[in-house]
Amino acid sequence: MKAILFALRSFGRELRSGEMIVLLAAVSLAVAALTAVGFLTDRIGKAVARQANEVLAADLRLRSQAPVPDEWRELAAAHALETADTMSFPSVVFHGDDNALSSILAVTDNYPLRGAVRTAGAMFGEQRAVDGIPARGEAWADGALLARIGADVGDVLEVGELRLRVAAVLTYRPDQSIGFASLAPTLIMNRDEVAASGLVGEGSRVRYALLVAGDEADVAAFNAAVADQLPDEIRVRSQEESSERAYSAADRAQRFLSLTAVIALLLSAVAIAMSARRFAQRRMDTVALMKSLGATQRFVISVSLVQLLILGILGAAIGSVVGFAAEELIARILADLLAGDLPDAGLRPVILGCGSALVLLVGFALPSMIELRNTPPLRVLRYDEMPPAPSRVLVGALSLAAVAALLYRSVGDPRMLVIMIGGIIVIAGALYLAGRGLVALLGRARSGVGVAWRYGLANVSRRGRDSAVQVVAFGLGITVLLLLTLVRTDLLEGWRATLDDKAPNHFLINIQPHERDAVAGLFTQNDLEAPAFTPLVRARMLAINGESVKERSYPNRDGEWLANREANLSWAAALSDSNEIVDGAWWPAGYSGTPLASIEEEAASNAGLTIGDVLTFFVAGREVEAEIASIRKINWDSFQPNFFIVLSPGALDGMPTTFISSMRIEADKQPLLIDLMRRHPAVSVIDLGAILEQVRGIIDKASLAVQAVFVFTLAAGIAVLFAAVQSTIDERRFESAMLRALGARRRTVFAGVMTEFAALGAAAGVLASAGASVLAALVATRLFELPYTFNPLIWFAGVGAGILVVCISGFFAARGAVNAVPVDVLRGLPT
Amino acid sequence: MKSVLRAHRLSKEVSSPEGSLTILDDVSFDIDAGASIAVVGPSGAGKSTLLALLAGLDLPTRGHVELDGTNLSELDEDGRALVRAEKVGFVFQSFHLVPALNALENVMLPLELAGHASARRVATSIVDEVGLAERRSHYPAQLSGGEKQRVAIARAFATEPAVLFADEPTGNLDSRTGANIMQLMFDLNRASRTTLVLVTHDLALAERCDRVLELDVGRLVSDSGAPG
Repeated sequence: MKAILFALRSFGRELRSGEMIVLLAAVSLAVAALTAVGFLTDRIGKAVARQANEVLAADLRLRSQAPVPDEWRELAAAHALETADTMSFPSVVFHGDDNALSSILAVTDNYPLRGAVRTAGAMFGEQRAVDGIPARGEAWADGALLARIGADVGDVLEVGELRLRVAAVLTYRPDQSIGFASLAPTLIMNRDEVAASGLVGEGSRVRYALLVAGDEADVAAFNAAVADQLPDEIRVRSQEESSERAYSAADRAQRFLSLTAVIALLLSAVAIAMSARRFAQRRMDTVALMKSLGATQRFVISVSLVQLLILGILGAAIGSVVGFAAEELIARILADLLAGDLPDAGLRPVILGCGSALVLLVGFALPSMIELRNTPPLRVLRYDEMPPAPSRVLVGALSLAAVAALLYRSVGDPRMLVIMIGGIIVIAGALYLAGRGLVALLGRARSGVGVAWRYGLANVSRRGRDSAVQVVAFGLGITVLLLLTLVRTDLLEGWRATLDDKAPNHFLINIQPHERDAVAGLFTQNDLEAPAFTPLVRARMLAINGESVKERSYPNRDGEWLANREANLSWAAALSDSNEIVDGAWWPAGYSGTPLASIEEEAASNAGLTIGDVLTFFVAGREVEAEIASIRKINWDSFQPNFFIVLSPGALDGMPTTFISSMRIEADKQPLLIDLMRRHPAVSVIDLGAILEQVRGIIDKASLAVQAVFVFTLAAGIAVLFAAVQSTIDERRFESAMLRALGARRRTVFAGVMTEFAALGAAAGVLASAGASVLAALVATRLFELPYTFNPLIWFAGVGAGILVVCISGFFAARGAVNAVPVDVLRGLPT
Repeated sequence: MKSVLRAHRLSKEVSSPEGSLTILDDVSFDIDAGASIAVVGPSGAGKSTLLALLAGLDLPTRGHVELDGTNLSELDEDGRALVRAEKVGFVFQSFHLVPALNALENVMLPLELAGHASARRVATSIVDEVGLAERRSHYPAQLSGGEKQRVAIARAFATEPAVLFADEPTGNLDSRTGANIMQLMFDLNRASRTTLVLVTHDLALAERCDRVLELDVGRLVSDSGAPG
């Protein structure tokens, strides 16, 4: 009790005197950085997920072959959810004598619930997002449709018994998919007019969908409520299932963000550790005095703990406010770029940020604070009496545990945790050894240099272990800064490269066998490479190992759906570049024996299929049996035509086959496509550009978020460097005063100090560059599955940044010490 | 007169690269309550080591110290700390004020450590007594050397200790300030009947004490108050 009261009283005094400011600043910065990073990752993570949801134009979609009954609409309303209805069906659209098959999408007022439809005022015109839906009597038509029927904006099209004026060219809708259901170009119209068109009647192929969106929790509650009650003919699709590609992008974005959060965390940890060390050192004299005046160990330790606690709480409070304000500011800046509102993150990041900082404080500051109790009271008479250093095992274990616990929370992936911690330990160990090596080397080098250099180098080598510790701190700081700048850019570029440069931007589907040569000819005449054609055969799965697909039980509903729906089969002699065998073996070249099948990894696991299972398909009145010979992983980012099930050559001979193809066509060759659509009206052209743009949008958001978050990690990194220099400031003040008293010019002293910083910075830079290169290679290849290319710039930047950053922060931190009037320092030393 | 401090055959050895080094060698004496004692001798004679042992800041290799009837060697570090809190005051050559605390707060420190109920009132009165009424809220960095030592003296007397140890209290002061400080210490010593143990180089200063103990190379070579 006495100790608590004393601690409370003296905390205020010590805070006022500035003794605690450095540690308090480190804690506040840590909380601010972690809170802001948490807020941003949370919010932007949600925004990315929301964009991925656009693939459905909703959070949830109920789809059926018959109108979705009102009870589900009412249930959604009861869950406070927004709804919209869509109908889609194929129909021939006429313009004068020209006509073409179109996929009609009839929508109600709120469509789309997520994302926005984009239109242009003319063919290939500039597109913009639009609110609302086509008015009655109007339609928005896909450019491909208009090209095929020779129409343009303002022309009137006949759709069934309706006459609709083309109000705009449809360039993008969130739910356009490359699924084979929507082969024909789209025409969007108002759903109120469907009845008047006379197109929908008994036996028409209409797909009805009820779109649902709203608050995350409400959507989840609604999803849970409908899950068991929905009749078989209505199928729910939620965001997770909606798009593999958008999700793999969203997943990577989250990894980038959590990587950044981890770096902010590490830098905060180093800053707290260093300032806690300095704080404990500065307290040593006070503790010795208190003990000489009769304070017991328990009293000393209680006071330290209470003060540490108050400091933690105060730091958490200040940091939360700063973090919250900074996040608000950044979110406001980002709002324009992120197209609209960012979802609210809630209070969770504040709690996590404060909790993390307190864990760091305990892990890094507690051991030295506890060891203060053993400060010998004799120190009041003999200045060199020191408390025994805290047990290295204890310090190591506590700080490692603190970092590991927090890392695991942000990473949530044991493999990444191991890579991170392993990298940190290896680099810290290497830096420490190299620091000691440098110290020894400089000790020998100093006889051959001028006085300033000798003083600087002597300092490095005299401080021995301290110099090595500083090299570790600077080195770690620079490592993460390198990771965040160069490596992040490299990774993002690498990632985008897998999508951009060679990725196809158009799909051609429904190419008849006899059209292949003519289509290929069109390309070669336009100086383009003739595309490859991939066969497609429509089939239905009848049985698995002789058991009817209807009776069989499946690991999950996706598997059941896969087995029961109409399947798109293909055959191939060679494995596609974008595929990788994960189990079994691809058939040998020239194989033409009994039919074999290769199935996609996730589909196999959903449907409970393994190597050796025999699949029976019904194709055009005939049965085909194929044994599963291999399981494949598909790289969906490749935008190549890919199939869940591929059969061996010959298995589907003589079956009705169409071909599909993908290719990259730059903007200047786009007219070729209009030509192609006119000559081969049955062939459908799907523009992937819009879909690529959607994926790129997600990536841009993610990288923008990383850059915004980077501001905080940079601040934390600079705090580390300052803490490192600050920890030697008292010593430097005294030394500099002494040298100047002995007649050294201020410039000489300064040159010496700068030499010391430059030597430390160069050592840290060299090692940080090596560390960052290794970590970058690991992160790129193991986590992001991207090829790693060595970037020599890392070395220039690392060493340059090391010298520059250490010298600049050293300059500002040591300036006061060098400029202090010698007599004040020398006389003022005892207090 | 009752003896308040007894040194019984004190020896202190430390290990050094050249082997064991004897700093104090078989030193014994008794000090009466209320007396003022000077410990003199050249540098390295063992004066500060003796002071540390007498105050329980360190333990002897052999022998023991009795402070007001308590054998310090039988206590652990916390036990010795409690004895110091109750019975000992210090004045150091380099003042040892807590830089984070102002003058008044520095004087309050030992009172607060001892759980004194009216620490602020007692400290205020003694700060005024040493002539620093105008400087109460100044921090050590804002005080001159002499003022710092006055704060240190006020702090030492605040708890009315049985024994006051002073280690070269004028060592960092000019001669005039040093004389003023010593006058203040002797005045307070007489007024509060405190036993004063003063380590000094200054023979003139030593002459003003009741008794002078002279150390050389760890041995007690003369004792002006020794019986006979």
